Amino acid sequence: MEITNAYGLLELCEKRGESLPQVVAEYEAFRANSSVETVRAEMTKTLEVMRASVNKGKEDRGEWAHIIKGYGHLFLEADTKGQLLGGKLFKKIILYSLSVGQYNASLGRIVACPTAGSCGVVPGALLPVAEELGSRDQEVVDALFVVGGIGIVSAAQGPISGAEGGCQAECGVASAMAAGAVVVHLAGGTPEQVFGAASLALQSHLGLVCDPLASLVEVPCVTRNATSAVSAVVAANMALAGIPAVIPYDETVVAMKIIGKALPESLRETSQGGLATTPTGKRIYSEMRSKHSL
Amino acid sequence: MARISLFDIVGPIMVGPSSSHTAGAVRLGLATRRILGEEVRKATIYLHGSFAATYWGHRTDVALIAGLLGMGMADERIPRALELAQDAGLEYSFHSANLGDVHPNSVEIKVQGDHGQLTVGGASIGGGRINLFNIDGFEAAVDGSYTVLMTKHRDEPGVIAEITRILAHHGINIAFLDVSRKMRGSEAMLLAETDDPIPSEVIEHVQRLPGVLMVRSLPCF
Repeated sequence: MEITNAYGLLELCEKRGESLPQVVAEYEAFRANSSVETVRAEMTKTLEVMRASVNKGKEDRGEWAHIIKGYGHLFLEADTKGQLLGGKLFKKIILYSLSVGQYNASLGRIVACPTAGSCGVVPGALLPVAEELGSRDQEVVDALFVVGGIGIVSAAQGPISGAEGGCQAECGVASAMAAGAVVVHLAGGTPEQVFGAASLALQSHLGLVCDPLASLVEVPCVTRNATSAVSAVVAANMALAGIPAVIPYDETVVAMKIIGKALPESLRETSQGGLATTPTGKRIYSEMRSKHSL
Repeated sequence: MARISLFDIVGPIMVGPSSSHTAGAVRLGLATRRILGEEVRKATIYLHGSFAATYWGHRTDVALIAGLLGMGMADERIPRALELAQDAGLEYSFHSANLGDVHPNSVEIKVQGDHGQLTVGGASIGGGRINLFNIDGFEAAVDGSYTVLMTKHRDEPGVIAEITRILAHHGINIAFLDVSRKMRGSEAMLLAETDDPIPSEVIEHVQRLPGVLMVRSLPCF
């Protein structure tokens, strides 16, 4: 049993007469020589860790982080005071994704999805939508299998690390995973819409570079997790409205890979260009470097 | 190409901030401790390349010590590892070093326990995955995806045959087998990656073989 691209994955669902989450669960059970029950239990545990990372991240003040201090908490406080714009779902997406990103920077326990640097995107989009729709845990776990299915077809055809492909390969792929699976699946879209939404989300991230300050997973990573989570839901809504991605997901991933190769190394997680080498970026780096040396 | 693991994509569950510089570092420390086979009393750690340059940002130092204390990459005590090391009587020091033509995220860990000592060279190769490329001066390639039986033994005919016979007798299948030596007739090392866990009676049995100087098993991690 193989999953190599979205086309093949959808074909597999049709051939077996099974849902997307079921096929992904069976794939993993086959791959790991395990059972679907064991795989589902592992995914249920993964969901629990995601939820805990949101809740702990909301309270985290960034004791272990270098630059960012309590972003989730700041957002929550401002919302409580009625200082923020937008509806409940919109604000919750920002709050959750910021909180998980903050918690990761503070040595908190998170689910890398697909990477630690982009760990806020999927829970940031998935959990608020699930809460809003009143989804049962079983459905959220199913959505996570779809998240994984999109991630597997992405990793099979393109990079999923900033060092290889820039941020488009981390937050971009995370946003595609969230858009397709999480939102369209929970909101009752078709399997085709799942990959349509994924393609729309990734298209909006093409070309995004990885240029973090001082080689840290902090600036601009954590706030970008929030914008990528929001754009996942934007893409999902467009797909649900019948707006086509035009370019199929598999082709969008290959385009992302080619763009990643075209990016100079300075913009692929080396902190040698972009925001990292702005005057402020350089100042922050040298301040931190002077405090630590072997 | 090997099939992609679902829980490498939706996962791993880990303590942040970096899968390569934090989670991978915890696993390198943990693997070292498991090969030593006892509590670590003293650790001298040489950081190479990107590890030496950016360890402070991703708390690679804290992560390595956490692993040496026996923690896995999802352990929520990781942030307190340095203080827990003090409580546990683990003495450590960090140094910058050029380990040669190795992966940029590489480290050499020298550890001492109450009974033995060990030097491990390892790299964090991305996504929390690791590779131990040197164990006590012997070239290796251990990534933790299999259970490993490791021996140090005299380089003489029949020792390896006896070890594999014991494994076969217990129904343990060898997936990969790697043997190396420093010099003909001197000390040699065997690394057998197995499809099945290795029970303690196998270790005891191998330990009693003439020519075997040391034996350890490293569960997949």
